[in-house]
Amino acid sequence: MESLFILETNGKKNYSNTMSEIMTEKTEDPKIETPIAEKYKLQTKDVNVFYGDFQAIKDVSMNIKPKTITAFIGPSGCGKSTFLRLFNRMNDYIEDFKMEGKIKIDDNNIYKNKIQLEQLRKDVGMVFQKPNPFPKSIFENVAYGLKIQGIKDKKLIADRVEKALIQADLWNEAKDNLNKSALTLSGGQQQRLCIARTLAVEPSIILMDEPTSALDPISTAKIEELIHQLKKDYTIIIVTHNMQQAARISDYTAFFYMGELIEFDKTKKIFTNPEKKRTENYITGRFG
Amino acid sequence: MRKIKELIIEKSLLSSALVTIAVTIGIILVLAIEAFLFFKEVSIFDFFTDTQWTPLFTEKHYGILPLLSGTLLTTFIAISVAMPIGLSISIYLSEYAPRSFRKTIKPLLELLAAVPSVVYGFFALVVVTPYLQQFMPSLSGFNSLSAGIVMGIMIIPFVSSLSEDALFAVPKSLREASYGMGATRLQTAFKVVVPAASSGIIVSIILAISRAIGETMIVAIAAGQQPRLTLDPTVPVETITAYIVQVSLGDVQHGSLEYRTIFAAGITLFVFTFLLNTVSFRIRKKYREKYD
Repeated sequence: MESLFILETNGKKNYSNTMSEIMTEKTEDPKIETPIAEKYKLQTKDVNVFYGDFQAIKDVSMNIKPKTITAFIGPSGCGKSTFLRLFNRMNDYIEDFKMEGKIKIDDNNIYKNKIQLEQLRKDVGMVFQKPNPFPKSIFENVAYGLKIQGIKDKKLIADRVEKALIQADLWNEAKDNLNKSALTLSGGQQQRLCIARTLAVEPSIILMDEPTSALDPISTAKIEELIHQLKKDYTIIIVTHNMQQAARISDYTAFFYMGELIEFDKTKKIFTNPEKKRTENYITGRFG
Repeated sequence: MRKIKELIIEKSLLSSALVTIAVTIGIILVLAIEAFLFFKEVSIFDFFTDTQWTPLFTEKHYGILPLLSGTLLTTFIAISVAMPIGLSISIYLSEYAPRSFRKTIKPLLELLAAVPSVVYGFFALVVVTPYLQQFMPSLSGFNSLSAGIVMGIMIIPFVSSLSEDALFAVPKSLREASYGMGATRLQTAFKVVVPAASSGIIVSIILAISRAIGETMIVAIAAGQQPRLTLDPTVPVETITAYIVQVSLGDVQHGSLEYRTIFAAGITLFVFTFLLNTVSFRIRKKYREKYD
């Protein structure tokens, strides 16, 4: 959160201009938060995404509260991963990618021209589908995010690495092997290492793109437990193909189909009494 | 009937493979035998310690060091040119360039390696040397500097193309992980992609060195034919390959000791390039295992 404020004051010159164009409610001073901004960590409004001629996301608006777990579910190709990757602008590397609409994190439009991608991604961490540790030591993996920020203080780095590994529930297994290659860890451990690596940078939002789909049930249970603990401090958005997983760990669930947000509500409501027929069909396994 | 046909095809394919192996073994045998005959008359100790190489003069010395220094000096200059340029190109193409640009520029670069090396040699002699002489009046007409520079240009694609393959083979997920933590493209390239591709990059450099050591025409034309134990890049030197050309084209009597010197020189060269290729093969094997 802090980091994004710094960003705001940096880009202040442009701020009022661009913001008045793109925002419905005009805020003169970014430090005075509107009630809505206090209530929501992340807001999207009328978001459309195109890959060339193909429209991957259609008019999606949603608001996500801080320190909640939101699950994105839906059949393959429904756009849930694409939508998740909008929040740290990971789609920017895809050629022909085009995005319309507004996405605000802490009331900042993250698709503003002046936004610093590096700053955004420190605040919005990401855990990927397949564990992707760097071919470096366990310590270097977790320290990477700090080192690229130019942090040189060895003590600080060591402390943050330890803290992150503890948070990711990997410290006991890894503390004696910090200099061993991360590739010697098991798949589940690697994924927890990737979570630790993300936590070390101290983000406020963590995006998870099917983080357990490549893992065995025991490792999956561990990661789910971990996600549950992390909710205390972080806003978590998780894409999953596993319906039980969504039901188990999330507070809110969004069901996507063909690039549209069909239904978004409390997880309990979605799984017990969905409004839309299509949601019901999907979660009961009738299609998808 | 079909079975016989299959058999004939199989055997003929096998025999062409065997012929290749037989030829290679034959070459090594001839090299080894002639070198052995040479070393019966000249001690190996003198061969590696004598600082003069004058087998064609009346006062004969058989020290390989001057030829070796010529080879290593031109190779060193070549690699000093090819490595920074080749690596920059590969990092640019793999990490920055748009896909379409990469697709067009890569084959164009590989054309550099397709230019006949005699053309490069000529280019070094009549273009690069006179040009360098404008800034360095003391530069001889034949020298290792311009030969090395031009050889470096020739081997750029060895470095750039193979390194680029190695960089490009680094899984996208590693780049995403790095970007996802707020790393810039530059940080991602140098702190994640290059280290992950390091074995492939090392292999590309070793193969380029191996190519430079074995290169003949450029050094024979532009570096001179004076065996000289020196590290001075401005004076004429002679490389092992250039010496072999010189003797092969001269009227040295078949079977004489002078004639056998080229085999002694040749086997030295062979051992060098063989070692380099073995090392690169080992590294490549190890690196393949890592990404499978």
